[in-house]
Amino acid sequence: MGLSAAAPLWGAPGLLLTIALLLALSLHPAQTWAPVHRDYCVLGAGPAGLQMAYFLQRAGRDYMVFERAPGPGSFFMRYPRHRKLISINKRYTGKTNAEFNLRHDWNSLLSHDPRLLFRHYSDAYYPDASDMVRYLSDFAERLGLHVLYNTTIAHVTLNKDRRAWNGHYFILTDHRGQAYQCSVLLVATGLPVPNQVDFPGSEYVDGYESVSVDPKDFVGQNVLILGRGNSAFETAENIFSVTNFIHMLSRSRVRLSWATHYVGDLRAINNGLLDTYQLKSLDGLLESDLTDLAIVKDHQGKFHITLKLFMEAGNQSSDAIPLPQDDNDNFAMRVAYDRVIRCLGWKFDFSIFSKSLRLSSGSELSKKYPLVRASYESKGSRGLFILGTASHSVDYRKSAGGFIHGFRYTVRAVHRLLEQRHHGVAWPSTEHPITHLASAIIRRINEASGLYQMFSVLADVVLLKENATIFEYLEEFPMQMLAQLETITGRRARHGLFVINMEYGRNYSGPDKDVFFSDRSVGHMEDAWLSNFLHPVIYYYRHLPTEQEVRFRPAGWPLPRPSALHHVVEDFLTDWTAPVGHILPLRRFLENCLDTDLRGFYAESCFLFALTHQKLPPFCQQGYLRTQGLVGTESLRQHGVESGLLWDSAIMGQRQGASEQQPGNHRPGGHPLAPGPPVSPFNSNKEEL
Amino acid sequence: MMSSSFSVFRAGISFVMMCIFYTSAVDSPELSPQKFFSTLQPGKATLVYFCQAESPRTSMFLEELNEAAKPLQDYGISVAKVNCVTEETSRYCGSEKDMMKAYLFRGNIALREFPTDTLFDVDAIVAHVLFALLFNEVKYITTLGDLQNIENALKGKGNIAFAYVRAIGTPEHRAVMEAAFVYGTTHQFVLTTEIALLESIGPEDIEYPHLYFFHCKPVLDLTQPCRRILMKQSLTTLNIHQFIKTMEAPLLTEVTEDPRQVSTVHVQLGLPLVFIVGQQATYEADRTTAEWVAWRLLGKAGVLLLLRDSLEVDIPEDTNVIVRRAEEEAQMEFLALNHIDLIVFHVESTMYIEEMGKYEDMEDLNIGIQDDEVEETVYRDRKRQLPLELTVELTEETFHATVTASDSIVLFYAGWQAVSMAFLQSYIDVAIKLKGTSTMLLARVNCADWSHVCTKQNVTEFPVVKMYKEGQNPVSYTGMLGTEDLLKFIQLNRISCPVNITSVQEAEEYLHGELYKDLISYSSMSVLGLFSPTMTRAKEEFTEAGSYLKGYVTTGIYSEEDVLRLSSKYTVPLPALLLARHKEGKIESIPLVNVHVQDIVQIITNASLETFPEITVENLPIYLRLQKPLLILFSDGGIDLQHEKTILMLAKKKYLDSLTPCWLNLKKTPVGRGVLQAYFGTLPPLPLLVVVNLHSGGHVFAFPSDQAITEQNLLLWLKKLEAGLESHIKVLPAKEWKPPLPAYDFLSMMDAAASEHLTRKDPECIKETDVQEGDKEQPDDKSAITEESTGTLKMKHSSRSSWFEEAKKLLRHDNKEL
Repeated sequence: MGLSAAAPLWGAPGLLLTIALLLALSLHPAQTWAPVHRDYCVLGAGPAGLQMAYFLQRAGRDYMVFERAPGPGSFFMRYPRHRKLISINKRYTGKTNAEFNLRHDWNSLLSHDPRLLFRHYSDAYYPDASDMVRYLSDFAERLGLHVLYNTTIAHVTLNKDRRAWNGHYFILTDHRGQAYQCSVLLVATGLPVPNQVDFPGSEYVDGYESVSVDPKDFVGQNVLILGRGNSAFETAENIFSVTNFIHMLSRSRVRLSWATHYVGDLRAINNGLLDTYQLKSLDGLLESDLTDLAIVKDHQGKFHITLKLFMEAGNQSSDAIPLPQDDNDNFAMRVAYDRVIRCLGWKFDFSIFSKSLRLSSGSELSKKYPLVRASYESKGSRGLFILGTASHSVDYRKSAGGFIHGFRYTVRAVHRLLEQRHHGVAWPSTEHPITHLASAIIRRINEASGLYQMFSVLADVVLLKENATIFEYLEEFPMQMLAQLETITGRRARHGLFVINMEYGRNYSGPDKDVFFSDRSVGHMEDAWLSNFLHPVIYYYRHLPTEQEVRFRPAGWPLPRPSALHHVVEDFLTDWTAPVGHILPLRRFLENCLDTDLRGFYAESCFLFALTHQKLPPFCQQGYLRTQGLVGTESLRQHGVESGLLWDSAIMGQRQGASEQQPGNHRPGGHPLAPGPPVSPFNSNKEEL
Repeated sequence: MMSSSFSVFRAGISFVMMCIFYTSAVDSPELSPQKFFSTLQPGKATLVYFCQAESPRTSMFLEELNEAAKPLQDYGISVAKVNCVTEETSRYCGSEKDMMKAYLFRGNIALREFPTDTLFDVDAIVAHVLFALLFNEVKYITTLGDLQNIENALKGKGNIAFAYVRAIGTPEHRAVMEAAFVYGTTHQFVLTTEIALLESIGPEDIEYPHLYFFHCKPVLDLTQPCRRILMKQSLTTLNIHQFIKTMEAPLLTEVTEDPRQVSTVHVQLGLPLVFIVGQQATYEADRTTAEWVAWRLLGKAGVLLLLRDSLEVDIPEDTNVIVRRAEEEAQMEFLALNHIDLIVFHVESTMYIEEMGKYEDMEDLNIGIQDDEVEETVYRDRKRQLPLELTVELTEETFHATVTASDSIVLFYAGWQAVSMAFLQSYIDVAIKLKGTSTMLLARVNCADWSHVCTKQNVTEFPVVKMYKEGQNPVSYTGMLGTEDLLKFIQLNRISCPVNITSVQEAEEYLHGELYKDLISYSSMSVLGLFSPTMTRAKEEFTEAGSYLKGYVTTGIYSEEDVLRLSSKYTVPLPALLLARHKEGKIESIPLVNVHVQDIVQIITNASLETFPEITVENLPIYLRLQKPLLILFSDGGIDLQHEKTILMLAKKKYLDSLTPCWLNLKKTPVGRGVLQAYFGTLPPLPLLVVVNLHSGGHVFAFPSDQAITEQNLLLWLKKLEAGLESHIKVLPAKEWKPPLPAYDFLSMMDAAASEHLTRKDPECIKETDVQEGDKEQPDDKSAITEESTGTLKMKHSSRSSWFEEAKKLLRHDNKEL
């Protein structure tokens, strides 16, 4: 790469900048060979690339998006082949809360412009893919995002430079030979390469990417589909009404998304074929390792399934190749097929990245994805981030990070990380007195979409300050990076912290589980920890967990063992605002973690405490004493007296001289209103090792 | 008993000699200087107090010193009192000024001198003396660097006892020093009073003193940190002794005898023994496991490794852990636990339950019953229909257009948040009162529905009230969340602030409350700033102060050419403030010397305070800010004019400057009865004068009810009070506000469920459970509470899977048995 070698010659950054500006203004940029500098380069103008561009644009950063196609979202121009998106476009929820409604809008990107919500682009619950293309191009245009279309980045290398933010620049070379020098590289290229399995006869197989979508082409045929994902079932769904039968073959059993609560598994909308299989209507599902397979074409042009093992015997004549049914006459796939279709999904395109980037693929389970940290930064080179679908290795088969409704939030998290790392802009947060803690949590668990979609990946973090009288609320932090929270966010966690996560029950769901068992729902708050459906879980740490603790956390736990833990009991309506069922246990949990009394009090009670105690509960300190006490109305007072919780002057009158009543505990009901018995908080079971 | 065992450890300082001279521990011998110096023995430590004459000031110290003589003697330190008067003086006798000093001698060398006020009690004396003598054994440090240096120096060599105490001379400091006396030669003692240092090494609750034991001796790789074990108990000599004993005990003991017979130091200290049952074939692995457990339980239990094959006693086949409690009659527990965590949990949880016995059954505690008065009252009131239509509900679409089209007050609330819903009622009351009269639009936004609207207005907590006026930045309301104060804020905001006064005539009307007659009831004071037309900067500052006070105080500004007429009328140089108190009909003038915004605001705020206010729920916080003791006259109804006059007179004569005099009308502020009840236990006859020292000590003093409230009596009483001659009738509790009730401990429930799979089936289980059930029925008072609270919302137990009930019973059984 002659260019990367030449790059260090361009010494002064000022010069680079001038050239960059010139280039930006020039109408013939490709003629210059000097690398154009950008602080941020985004590869791919799909949903993730555009989402990142939006945040960079709003922050006023120097960035450029590179897109091979003439417009954004080129994947959706061709895929899904049958044009029906399986991401839901729920336009009605009965609620007006825009943040809440995003929980049920799986297609919109995040922006400040309410016109850029997907519901304005399609009426369909499962919208058409071309609406997505239209939406994305509107998104890019309306927000004025800087996208360089028709620019294919052919090669990416690394160029060490001590002045660079990360000690190196990323050098991108496009198909015209133009080079771009980037401080940070954000790869949002998705999974563009169809997965293929190499076996004898694989050349006879039609790929999903090119197979006919016209059912007429399949009339009266025997069809074999390889794969068991949504594309395989989508293909089957399209033709099963006209074929003789469809057999589906894959290595492992079908996983239904309603059983796994993973949106990437087979969705109910595509599973019409399962119905016909289970009802004995000729269609069927089989499991086998595809790499053992071989396909033989007979003289009539029909396909026979055999094993690779048999092919290796050496006889090349198709009729002479042994078939499994020769020995085993009830072999399931003994019929001849007219067509074999491959629907095996996609993988990341590693080819354009030079070895110097050390971008490697993930483990066996997530081989199709590049390996990244929980912060979405490549393990190989600092400053290289993977966004969008390609970043799904972080939560593959667990959460929604591979889908628009998930990665729009992880992209935002990456952007917040970058703002802190390179521009000193700390992770956004709000600061409140501790008495607002329960409210702040209740608000988020009831409306936050990022927490809800990216459950167990992104979590809210509450940092305690000033002896836990004040807290800072940080939203949607990548929870696996908890140990590095201070560096990533630029905020301090010195006085303990809470992590607010959403979780399904530990042993509830999975591919083999019956998710409709009769005792599946939990109603009582004492049993909240047994909740099965998605529900809020709050972790309390007295100090920030270390990297070791996060890495070696107990199996099945999203975080290390906390000092104390709270489950908010699952709710059928996902509405966690019940005063006794949800808020009260949460308050007790917070109180015991913080070793204080977080009840609310009317001004009158605070007045009484102020004159009869040396110390006031936090609510009176932070409200009443600052002349912001809650006065209340007469009818509320009446209820207070009836409930025995509020001070009653009438009783006082009657009880003149009743000396047995303890001073300080003036409440007829006997509920402890004054500082209660010294409850030993969770703190008491400390351990230091 | 402890101390006597200490002296056995340390024999360096002779103690016998001293006993010959000073036999009495109660009264230290009184010697003349000369005689004293002749008695000093080489190497022997003596604490000496040179006194000139007996006086009440020294007598208190001498008492403490006498008391300290005994414990100090236990450490071989003698205590002596030298009388400088009787014979010739020594240089230690010093002058009159140095009278209050004590000296520590070793032999005849003075090691240190102590001002007697540092030796304020026995603990302080013992702590200081030992601290001075153990100079080498106890390192005092202030930074983390110091600690790390010591830690590094001791790796592979010795261990560290690191203590944080709140201050030198405290009882916990004494305890640490006493321990250092015994163990100082075995372990390096390190002491700090820096909280920051403690914070940097551990996240513990730093309110309390701490002691860590650093196991540095086993650390051979210098890059490795020393293991730190925190002492859980409070810092007393006995606890430290026990703790260090367990730290010194071998980490893991291998035994071959019957576990019933084994005895270690742990048993003597009342700690349980945990036997890890292994066998010869897996010896290495078993030993590793046992070591892990031992580290985790260090200081909490003794851990021993028992090899099944080398033992004659029968141990059940599947048992891998045996726990033996310290109590003699305790049964051995044979357990099968397959994870280290479970072993630790089992041992710790039962210890925990022993400590926390009173919360054994969570259900009795009614932790599911609402004890938050705001939540409860709002919940009870939920069915009432509020005339919400009197306020405009704003949405994402209408918000912007509405607040820009007209002056608006907007309440931001959340439908599920009790405090904001309680305030919504007051807000509606304001709307009712203002109905049809206000030009201000009353609007509200439910942030539960319109989250983005609230976020955009920077509202992230509830409730918030903001006022939007054309061409101005929105102003947040910071007053009491109640009808009256909000109404006042809205009304006072009708006029600009400060109001521009255009003529002397108008200024007079303004000052006499005629200009804004209807506002007088909301603001009892009007402020007028007088400036000559050229004082641009001062005017600007005043204008800013005025807009800062907007809604709380009425302010006006006058700076026409003829302003001198006003300045001479009220005899004040320009620039100046005129304060018109409408209630009293008085006009006060204050020259403005400092013209910064904050100063002006301060002057006006202070001026708005009354000399002898009626204290109410709403205004108490303002007067509490003065941080002075309150002198409260409790009155059943309006105040007696004679009393008022008396107190005003005393105030005028500056006798009450150290107090905040006020009075409380029980008719208007009935909660005052609650205050009286707290002070007297019963409702005393009124009127009644009380001094409450809220800010230091919480002492309450009552003016004798048999005396008439006259200037003279009151003054005398206050003087006696100041001199400390009056005794208080009550000390207000200084308790922290702790959690009223415990929370569900889900972690333990999860652990219990996990261990329940392992420790199943115990024949005694059923019997034990029955006992539990029987116990449950006795507390009558508790059931009474439950009955009374039927009106409150209590969730019914819904379908709970039966296995969970089983798990709970098992858990209960465990608690009981242990």
